[in-house]
Amino acid sequence: MAAVTLEGVSKIYHGGVQAVRNVSFDVPDGSFCVLVGPSGCGKSTLLRMIAGLETISAGTVGIGGRVVNDVEPADRDIAMVFQNYALYPHMSVYDNMAYGLRNRRTPKPEIDERVREAARILAIEPYLDRKPRALSGGQRQRVAMGRAIVRKPQVFLFDEPLSNLDAKLRVQMRVEIKRLQRSLGVTSVYVTHDQIEAMTLSDVLVVMNAGQVEQIGTPIELYRRPQTRFVAGFLGSPAMNFLPGRIGREPGTIMLDERPIRIATPPAAAPDTQVELGIRPEDLRLVPRGQAGALAMHIEFVEELGATQLVHGRIAAAPATVQVPTGAIPPEGTIELAVDPAATHLFDVASGRRL
Amino acid sequence: MEKRAVFGNRVLPYGLLAPQIAVTLIFFYWPAAQAVQHSFLVQDAFGLSTEFVWFENYKQLFSDPSYYRTLATTVIFSTAVTAVSLSVALLLAAMADREIKGATGYRTLLIWPYAVAPAVAGVLWIFMLDPSLGMISRAMRPLGIDWNPRLNGNHAMTQVVLASAWKQISYNFLFFLAGLQAIPKSVIEAAAIDGARRWRRFWTIILPLLSPTTFFLVIVNIVYAFFDTFGTIDTMTGGGPAKATETLVYKVYADGRLGGDLGGSAAQSVILMFIVISLTAVQFRFVERKVTY
Ligand SMILES: Nc1ncnc2c1ncn2[C@@H]1O[C@H](COP(=O)(O)OP(=O)(O)OP(=O)(O)O)[C@@H](O)[C@H]1O
Ligand SMILES: [Mg+2]
Repeated sequence: MAAVTLEGVSKIYHGGVQAVRNVSFDVPDGSFCVLVGPSGCGKSTLLRMIAGLETISAGTVGIGGRVVNDVEPADRDIAMVFQNYALYPHMSVYDNMAYGLRNRRTPKPEIDERVREAARILAIEPYLDRKPRALSGGQRQRVAMGRAIVRKPQVFLFDEPLSNLDAKLRVQMRVEIKRLQRSLGVTSVYVTHDQIEAMTLSDVLVVMNAGQVEQIGTPIELYRRPQTRFVAGFLGSPAMNFLPGRIGREPGTIMLDERPIRIATPPAAAPDTQVELGIRPEDLRLVPRGQAGALAMHIEFVEELGATQLVHGRIAAAPATVQVPTGAIPPEGTIELAVDPAATHLFDVASGRRL
Repeated sequence: MEKRAVFGNRVLPYGLLAPQIAVTLIFFYWPAAQAVQHSFLVQDAFGLSTEFVWFENYKQLFSDPSYYRTLATTVIFSTAVTAVSLSVALLLAAMADREIKGATGYRTLLIWPYAVAPAVAGVLWIFMLDPSLGMISRAMRPLGIDWNPRLNGNHAMTQVVLASAWKQISYNFLFFLAGLQAIPKSVIEAAAIDGARRWRRFWTIILPLLSPTTFFLVIVNIVYAFFDTFGTIDTMTGGGPAKATETLVYKVYADGRLGGDLGGSAAQSVILMFIVISLTAVQFRFVERKVTY
């Protein structure tokens, strides 16, 4: 097992596309790191540089204290699970899993033992003699996982391994991956654009945007105290509401449409600075009409979720969403919402940074 | 859903098929039937009278040692042509695959040799391999090789193999390149991470995944070497020296046209016909199965 260390890593593709810019972070030994971000932000590129499938334009990648910039993928002692699984189509499930061990000249009895052990853990024993094309998507996914775990590598790399599965299977495999990683204790780097996967799997969460790291931390840190507007908007579903306003003259207030809203910690910024007030839908509470300091929301439409409803509408002209118990609100008109002053987030409009 | 077209008129479908059937009848069945008929006949030296002799021509053929020599020559020749053209094409395709990703400009250029007529290919290589004029033979002289395909049977064989294989390389190249580009990149990357280096990846992943293409090309190349190299052999060596480059097809021509043995030559063509039919059958069975791995 080994820690993964990135220092000032950049990638410029032929043709000048700068896919990754000066990325530095550590993945401690045995922990589960998730890279998350919108499509095209450079997650796969970064992962492929760790794997040795792309050259590193600048900076260093270290695995277990050794700089591996010029080390072949074969010698990095890593295993990777691809989005399309990348199983060897002409080999049986058994041979798919045994291939990496054979390449490393592992003794036959040991190969057999390890393959059968992995097959047992992943419940794919009945399919060992089948070719990949005779398996369902979920089974192929397991074989791809099996191929990674038989090797007992220093690091697992995953590139959106669940994105080709249906919703139910995805949840099931997500739990299984987490359990497997915990029990094997192998350092893992996992790429996804699904923020639920990101939140649930990670010990270390890295949010990327346009080739750069926006914020690194535990998932709960990033959720509770997003350092940029991008991170705030990216994590959480339904997404955070952003209400444009400016810092009030009176300390601890934000002016939304000339109405003051109290916040818990006064920002270190001059009055009248243009800001966005971020409030998560679950931090808005339905209150009776006429309560002081409440926000009025004009209802546009309602999404039914069963136990709760998602209400979409506008607060002071800005689009907003709030989650309320089913049946608590009229189907149209205006509702009033109270804000917990401690649960607000404030972002500078100009820089996008937290104030 | 019914996919077949339904004709109201009973005659029309036959009318539409007629031209195709006529062409097949006139250009394939008719000559084939003639060959079968002639293979049972013996003509006198002046072509004045013919006699029906049952399988006499075939018996004679199979008791003639020179026929087996030609058969052996043909097997050596077609194996060599297939091996050379496939391996060179695969090597080139593997190198091109790393460089061009989907570029089509190159491919048009690379297919050109395929469009060269066999006789022209022969002439081209004669110029390069001519003992006194050719640049390749001149380059070989300092190496101590006395290159003389006019006298040396092995040299002559090498010459026709080179010229014939060269013409087929571009065709094979295109199929190999398409086959290589159809292999998902991630499968090869997975193998690299799994500890397989370039050669091992080639032998354990790429080659097996190319096997449908390879199999198809082997058949195509054997058929080519058997039947489509006549022009090349005729211009380069005329089957010589001492029949060292005489293939089965060339022997049909040599015995029938030059030797005047119409019956024996017809019997040989009937045998060749069976060979090509069985090769085609093998290929069709394979195409139906589609996937082999
Ligand atoms: N081989 C390449 N050559 C040139 N540019 C590339 C190459 N691969 C990726 N890019 C570019 O680099 C950027 C980052 O790509 P990357 O695949 O890392 O994104 P990603 O975050 O994994 O996105 P997704 O979630 O869609 O997989 C993109 O702008 C992409 O167009
Ligand atoms: Mg990606």
